Amino acid sequence: MTTSTFFLYLLLMAGSTYLIRVLPFIAVRHQIRNRFVRSFLYYIPYAVLTAMTIPAIFTATGSVISASIGLAVAIILALKKCSLTTVALAACFAVYVSELVIGWVS
Amino acid sequence: MDYRRGLRAGIPIALGYLSVSFTFGILAMNYGLTIWQATLVSLVTVTSAGQFAGIQMMSTPGLYVDMLISQLTINVRYSFMSISLSQKLDRRFRGVWKWLFGFFITDEIFAVAVTQPVVTRSFFAGLAALPWIGWTAGTALGASLGSVLPAAIMSALGVALYGMFVAIVVPPAKENKYVLLAAGIATLISTAFTYLPFLRNVSSGIAVSIAAIAAAVIAAIVHPLPDLPPEENEQTEKEVQA
Repeated sequence: MTTSTFFLYLLLMAGSTYLIRVLPFIAVRHQIRNRFVRSFLYYIPYAVLTAMTIPAIFTATGSVISASIGLAVAIILALKKCSLTTVALAACFAVYVSELVIGWVS
Repeated sequence: MDYRRGLRAGIPIALGYLSVSFTFGILAMNYGLTIWQATLVSLVTVTSAGQFAGIQMMSTPGLYVDMLISQLTINVRYSFMSISLSQKLDRRFRGVWKWLFGFFITDEIFAVAVTQPVVTRSFFAGLAALPWIGWTAGTALGASLGSVLPAAIMSALGVALYGMFVAIVVPPAKENKYVLLAAGIATLISTAFTYLPFLRNVSSGIAVSIAAIAAAVIAAIVHPLPDLPPEENEQTEKEVQA
């Protein structure tokens, strides 16, 4: 692709992504009072994160088994209220170890 | 103080971004971008699904309208996050700071920021710094090194972001059964979009948005938050009129 095509695509991509983030951010300047909207905004982070995690996590590693073990470790540590970094690193470690074990067994 | 707390909160995000953007860098090479082009895309866009969809189109010239439509639909979820985050901002987090820091609203940065009772400018700046560097550096590394990292390490790092998401959702879901309900509905819908025929063809960015909006709407109808205290209502009323 030519350099000018690249920059035109880049402008469209970066520009639209920036505006879709910033315009609503700028537009809402006061506390929202509508009860339904406030409730919706309260639940939306948890809904987004869950939808992004399941089922995508099961195909994020070398095997479904190691991914499931990683997920299980993350849930157990999260129930014990460990920090985000601890949970994330423990999940990675669990995946690493379980793939080593799977490698030995098979 | 707040900045350093933000930096620390950004560490797991940056780790997860390294592995995802590494993959993006490798893929961008396969689509014919140079190392500098791939790195520049990550530096100025900072969005996962949007970038993956974008570089596929870049290899064909003339798809400008398609590019715009795909970016808007994949990224529409950021609008909801921006509005949600705007409710938590410190009084001094306004004006030019919103134009500046709004750029960094990604799924992960939003998710961590929104767990704070109040989001200050310095906390948010600290929170965004390492993930932004990680995302850009990971792309450059992936584009230049290719598949040098051992597969086992890449595979393990692949769950870092998901592990962090679990750590954000599980504690409130344990305390509040309606958060659990929202998470359950989101799981069902996104699973349906991944495996069912026809629904499977919908892009993952759109599928996540639909699943999340449906789940949050249902939870908000089933169990709305209590009304704001009346004094606060009047105060906002006055501010609006002033």
